[in-house]
Amino acid sequence: MAKKYPVQVKVNGKMKSAEVEPRLLLVHLLRDEFDLTGTHIGCDTSQCGACTVMLDGMAVKSCTILAIQADGAEITTVEGLGSREELHPIQQGFWEKHGLQCGFCTPGVMMAVNGLLQENINPSEAEIREALDGVICRCTGYQFIVKAVQHAAELIREQQSQPVSLENVTTRGDVS
Amino acid sequence: MTQVIGKPIKRKEDPKLITGHGQFTDDIKLPGMLFATMKRSRYAHAKIKRIHTAEALKLPGVMAVYTGKDVQDKIKPIRSIWLVPGCNLIPKDRIPLAVDKVNYAGEAVAMVVAESRYIAYDALELIDVEYEELPVVVDQEAALAEAAPVIYDDVPKNIAFTWKAGDVPEEVFINAEVVVKQRLVEQRVIANPMETRGAVASYNPGSGDLTIWCTTQNPHIHRITYADALGIPETKLRIIAPDMGGGFGAKIAVYTEEALVGLAAMQLKQPVKWVEGRQEHFLATSHARDQVITTELAGTKDGKILAIRAKNIANLGAYLSTMGAGVPTIDFGLMVTGAYDIPYAQAETIGVYTNTTPTDAYRGAGKPEASFQIERMINIFADKIGMDPVEVRKKNLVAKVPYTNAMGCNYDSGDYHGTLAKALEAIDYVGLKKEQEEARKNGRLLGIGISTYVELCGLGPSKVAGAIGFGGGLWENSSIRVHPSGKVTIFTGASPHGQGEGTTFAQVVADKFGIPLEDIEFVSGDTLIISMGWGTYGSRTTPVAGGALSIAADRIVEKAKIIAAHELGVPLEDVEFAKGIFSIKEQPDQQRTFKEIAWSANNAWNLPDGMEPALEGQSFFDPPDFVYPFGAHICVVEVDPDTGMVELKRYVCVDDVGRIINPMIAEGQVHGGLAQGIGQALWEQSVYSDKGQLLSGTFMDYAMPKARFFPMIESSFIESPSPVNPLGAKGIGETGTTAAPSVIVNAVIDALAPYGVKDLPMPLTPEKVWKAIHERSDGQ
Repeated sequence: MAKKYPVQVKVNGKMKSAEVEPRLLLVHLLRDEFDLTGTHIGCDTSQCGACTVMLDGMAVKSCTILAIQADGAEITTVEGLGSREELHPIQQGFWEKHGLQCGFCTPGVMMAVNGLLQENINPSEAEIREALDGVICRCTGYQFIVKAVQHAAELIREQQSQPVSLENVTTRGDVS
Repeated sequence: MTQVIGKPIKRKEDPKLITGHGQFTDDIKLPGMLFATMKRSRYAHAKIKRIHTAEALKLPGVMAVYTGKDVQDKIKPIRSIWLVPGCNLIPKDRIPLAVDKVNYAGEAVAMVVAESRYIAYDALELIDVEYEELPVVVDQEAALAEAAPVIYDDVPKNIAFTWKAGDVPEEVFINAEVVVKQRLVEQRVIANPMETRGAVASYNPGSGDLTIWCTTQNPHIHRITYADALGIPETKLRIIAPDMGGGFGAKIAVYTEEALVGLAAMQLKQPVKWVEGRQEHFLATSHARDQVITTELAGTKDGKILAIRAKNIANLGAYLSTMGAGVPTIDFGLMVTGAYDIPYAQAETIGVYTNTTPTDAYRGAGKPEASFQIERMINIFADKIGMDPVEVRKKNLVAKVPYTNAMGCNYDSGDYHGTLAKALEAIDYVGLKKEQEEARKNGRLLGIGISTYVELCGLGPSKVAGAIGFGGGLWENSSIRVHPSGKVTIFTGASPHGQGEGTTFAQVVADKFGIPLEDIEFVSGDTLIISMGWGTYGSRTTPVAGGALSIAADRIVEKAKIIAAHELGVPLEDVEFAKGIFSIKEQPDQQRTFKEIAWSANNAWNLPDGMEPALEGQSFFDPPDFVYPFGAHICVVEVDPDTGMVELKRYVCVDDVGRIINPMIAEGQVHGGLAQGIGQALWEQSVYSDKGQLLSGTFMDYAMPKARFFPMIESSFIESPSPVNPLGAKGIGETGTTAAPSVIVNAVIDALAPYGVKDLPMPLTPEKVWKAIHERSDGQ
């Protein structure tokens, strides 16, 4: 039995720790140790992106990172994106625009989209399709995923423009 | 309540899937659960001399290692369920673990069961198998040659069957003004659902009950087969299809691994899980298509088609898979005339065993192959007689329905010419032809492709199933339970896995009962909860299970109406039911809601004499005939002569899929099918080396379509209700894979017309297209 090492990560806002073999993949840490099974495994060559999560603010494929490499990191999985009661705009976009069918690739696709929208709040269709290059969906033909991303971007832009009210404006006129 | 059928309702399935709370097979975790892995053959054809398992067994955490010899008297071979009659079929069943000989690379030879996934994989490395290599044959035409290696001693020339349907008198071809002949290759592709296959088995040693959660499109077929294979009563085996990450036909087939984990769970008395890796999936889950079709078409100089004669040499792989024989025979042969009124037709298929992964259904199953050959032949014929392929289609399209084709199929509804006209208008065909002419003058390679496809769906009448050797019925079961609170649960024997019937079926019931969608739940995919059913494939869920649903709902309304009349004290004929309210004609203030009647039926305090309590309805609907979705698809491509790259610029489709329950879900089905069909035309191919090694065995080597490969699809519908089921639905899931390959290939060949290119085999990769251009222009 290989030696185990302690790993501590903050997942969806909660501190979690485990003793892991050095070879354990982050995706297995999340799924098998922490029971966060929303993150899926669709291949074994880092092509499909079903396992994409946010790691220290970046969308990464959790099948391509060792659990011990993630020690000390902050991770967001699909379970931390939003809840049924309070959906994240990306989740809303996917629901409203039928961006999923079987839903297996969807958590990873949504996290990849999260990575895109963090950098570009108003992506063109071509930019969205380009940003989806790291994920594979076999059901949708991608068209409604593109629409879902456009809709999510719109919702996020709306949200970001909302807080502009008098109480949020400081004496210097800046928006807080 | 406003009507919800026909509305783009958001899916009820989605909240759990988008929040990460779906439950797929690999998400299941049971106390004491072990993990299984399969040792797979590295050779495509070899004798097994010895298997050394001692080292693996010594590894801490390994619970058991099974070889073929260990399990051969415990699990029977897995039988194909479609034994096509009248073709001298010699079925070769998959065996759980190879015993003396392996017949394809990736065939399982041993199973490890260990405490963890990682240990189970480690142990595989410690198993040593001694093989004696045998000569290999991977290509079906090569397998028919005199000197070809023979895989089974009792299968001469590797011929599993020789099937024929229809007959064209020789004079038709002899006397025809024009005869064209073309060899067309439907290359081998892989369905590749994003979730690979998997199974979790749990056994109760006290009761003898075995439960297997597994990735199946038809849990009841799996139950029948595995109960038989494991030698346990059907009633002691529960198959559950949990959330499933796509199937596309690859999860119809009944495989061996699911039975193996069942056996391991029974023997070790601990739950056992097995989940395919993707590379394992490429080897172990069914491949598809792989048919070499040579078609002859006889016609007149002015474009009328007189006869079609297709010869199909189909690669079955190393074993006869679940529907392996039916796909290239019945599914293919009955549809060789496509949507055209062709007086004579004949189809012949030779099924051939090779040292490759077995082939089976993939989205469309036989119909895409039939459609591809006729749609390519129309264009080749048009080219020969110098007529626009659209004009040839107009000359031959079915003029009116019902229409019976030369093979006896009854096309059920719709306007074939009107659908083509709508597509031509949508893409501005006349303007497009002019644009193409201009482009050609400027050296640009613009191509227009078209298909006016039809497919046979909604499988199907059980009498027909019996006549064609299908080992089961093809009726479907839906039942509806109205709970005391008026909430409703739908149960169906179909087993959808991403197609959205949890929503569309709720829409049907919401309209029938006049209740909100939120009040309706949907259950499928569990053999303990669902009495019987035949599963989801062949675009049958909405036409057949939906038909049963509609009838079951009507039965409930009928009973509820009697209760309402009784409570309101009026004759039955005076009661009207609309929008969830039972009311008396001309006395609208006297009424009962659906919810009130649900409570009355369930409390049974005051029911009419002789009426049984409760409010449940069930129907076992056996459709009188198949359904025939059809449509017209047109695309525009541009080929870059310097690189051979094909750019898909526009794709317009007009599909008549009967009555549409949810247009958003319907359009999603069209997009998904198209991506797979376009994928087959341009990128996807499963490639073997001569030694039988799968060269395209990862997502690095097998080109899965990506988002940036596609333009926005321009999709629209015509709704001509089918007369053969109560909903009038015709099925929609397979339109894209049936239509797109020929649309794309026709377009690329059209684009390459200036170079005199008449045909190219799929996939039309840049290399292939570039070579076609440059070999011609170099004068070679």
